[in-house]
Amino acid sequence: MSLAKLNMVQAINLALHEEMEHDPTVLVMGEDVGVDGGVFRVTEGLLSKFGSDRVIDTPLAESGIVGTAIGMAVSDLKPVAEIQFEGFSYMTIDQLAAHASRIRYRSRGTYHCPLVIRAPYGGGVKALEHHSEAVATFFIHIPGLKVVIPSSPYDAKGLLISSIRDPDPVFFFEPKKLYRAFKEEVPEGEYTVPLGVGKKLTEGEDLTLIAWGAMVRVCQEAMEQVKDLSVELIDLRTLSPLDDKIIIDSVKKTGRVVIVHEEPRTLGPGAEIIARINEKAFLSLEAPVKRVTGFDVPVPLPKLEDHYLPDAAKVADAIREVAAF
Amino acid sequence: MSVDWLSILDAQSNVDESLEPKLDKGTLEKFYRTMVLTRMFDDKALKLQRQGRMLTYGSSLGQEATAVGSAFAMKPDDWFFPAFREHGVQIARGIPLSLLYIYWMGSEDANLTLPPKNFTVAIPVATQMLHAVGAAWAAKLKKQNIASVVYFGDGATSEGDFHEGMNFAGVFKTPTVFICQNNQYAISLPREKQTASKTLAQKALAYGFEGIQVDGNDILAVYSVTLAALEKARSGGGPTMIECFTYRMGPHTTSDDPTKYRLAAEVEEWKKKDPIKRLRIYLEKKGIWDQSREDAMTKEITEQIEKAVIEAENYKPAVENMFKYVYAEMPQHLKEQMDELQVSISKKKGE
Repeated sequence: MSLAKLNMVQAINLALHEEMEHDPTVLVMGEDVGVDGGVFRVTEGLLSKFGSDRVIDTPLAESGIVGTAIGMAVSDLKPVAEIQFEGFSYMTIDQLAAHASRIRYRSRGTYHCPLVIRAPYGGGVKALEHHSEAVATFFIHIPGLKVVIPSSPYDAKGLLISSIRDPDPVFFFEPKKLYRAFKEEVPEGEYTVPLGVGKKLTEGEDLTLIAWGAMVRVCQEAMEQVKDLSVELIDLRTLSPLDDKIIIDSVKKTGRVVIVHEEPRTLGPGAEIIARINEKAFLSLEAPVKRVTGFDVPVPLPKLEDHYLPDAAKVADAIREVAAF
Repeated sequence: MSVDWLSILDAQSNVDESLEPKLDKGTLEKFYRTMVLTRMFDDKALKLQRQGRMLTYGSSLGQEATAVGSAFAMKPDDWFFPAFREHGVQIARGIPLSLLYIYWMGSEDANLTLPPKNFTVAIPVATQMLHAVGAAWAAKLKKQNIASVVYFGDGATSEGDFHEGMNFAGVFKTPTVFICQNNQYAISLPREKQTASKTLAQKALAYGFEGIQVDGNDILAVYSVTLAALEKARSGGGPTMIECFTYRMGPHTTSDDPTKYRLAAEVEEWKKKDPIKRLRIYLEKKGIWDQSREDAMTKEITEQIEKAVIEAENYKPAVENMFKYVYAEMPQHLKEQMDELQVSISKKKGE
């Protein structure tokens, strides 16, 4: 197994190449994924290698992409469908909530839907309206659908391979802010990162810091500002189903929690995490759990966007406040 | 922008011999029996619903030729994607009556033993069209010699998924047969208010493939046109949209009162075009049907339905099935929620 330093775009691209080689039923479909190689170049090189039957430039229709992918998935193909930007993922909700997520349930296992939807998400890249949103909540709320968000090139590859091999539908959100933010060693060849399992990035005693996707980097920056505190940073990696154990074990140890997410605050993933902490570790808490999140407003255009997003200063303040409570 | 109209057996049971399909006696009897069975199945369902023994139910009264004629044109290997009024197709495709009743009495367990290539009922209008196109597309990519048939109503032609499905089918030339059961009403909205298009079938032309209108109460025409569309699809000729011009004789479902939105005189006119009576006279003229056979068949079907109802009413779904089929492997939070429910159930039992 050789190692190369790759950014997240390259790591996802490598995962797609390898899974398509590994499994002839895997195919990629979406807007501009073929000839153009995707607007972020995530699917570059796939068309020339695998041909237009397996790398399909579709008409511009998000419900159509997901709905036809469902038909393929119940026919024993494994479509990996790209939605070009998260702001256009709303059109997929009907097909995902009404069908993909419940085909196994409704058919009582006669059919299932091994489908992956990939979409870039999140802010911080100075983009147009609808191109900077964090929309995971909509999809977490759909029983039967899994939601995965990597924060590093290594995890992106391993999680995507697991998502493709998963027998149930998975929404795979890619933090576009991190697409080319940094490189790390990514092995060639097969490895997987399991779905539904978070990762402890640092061990700590004083406080648990919970994040995923692009916010993991923000948390790491914030931790530089609070070096006097021992912070345990958890990257959830999968938002549905949630890894309760890693959260609860950590809370029982530290008693103090800060949750960071780009999604708007109301009913954001943080709300559910807090509820589970209340249910399973309430007596271990030394302070109210604090959230650093996007505000309950539409993501502003770039001139005000930085104020919307959680940043290292906001997170460091929250850590200090909770630690001092 | 005009499309062809096909009719073979008219409302007075006159047959156009130049178009009459060559069907043997056994096949014609099967057509007839399945149509009558569908009608009696529906009738029983309505009665059960009125007694509180069935959920809200959408009868296919009057649309039996569309369902049964198209279903018998299909091969078992062809995909079938229903909306929610395709009881006749499901019966013709061999789905046991008891399972159909179990579903409409309120349990997904009906689908535990769903025969292959029969997809589950789709309640959200037009959403199933995309699945049918995807399945047809998959068959094409896998070089399987099969087609995919999807059913929807006149109202569905206004939905986005109708247009996306038709467009994808046209672009990728998928082996899909779109069967529009134009029964003239989407609940209360008449066909004229659904679209300004002169016909529904002509919408196919915009997507680059053939659309055809057929007398939906003429089983010979529905069968013939579906057979041709399926053969075209399987031989690489791409999709077809068939608009079956028919009429929903009953309400949309047991929850509405059609006298609020249509005139009794209109219903009377359509009664004269009844698809079952039309075929019966055709069979009688051919000398292969008479009253004694009718009586024997009715008795046999009544017994068959009674047996299915008993089986369905005796079925009790396991509570675990609520949790068991959400994911391939049950995640921890669902295990906890299932335990929570089990505790609650056993407490209630203990009371």
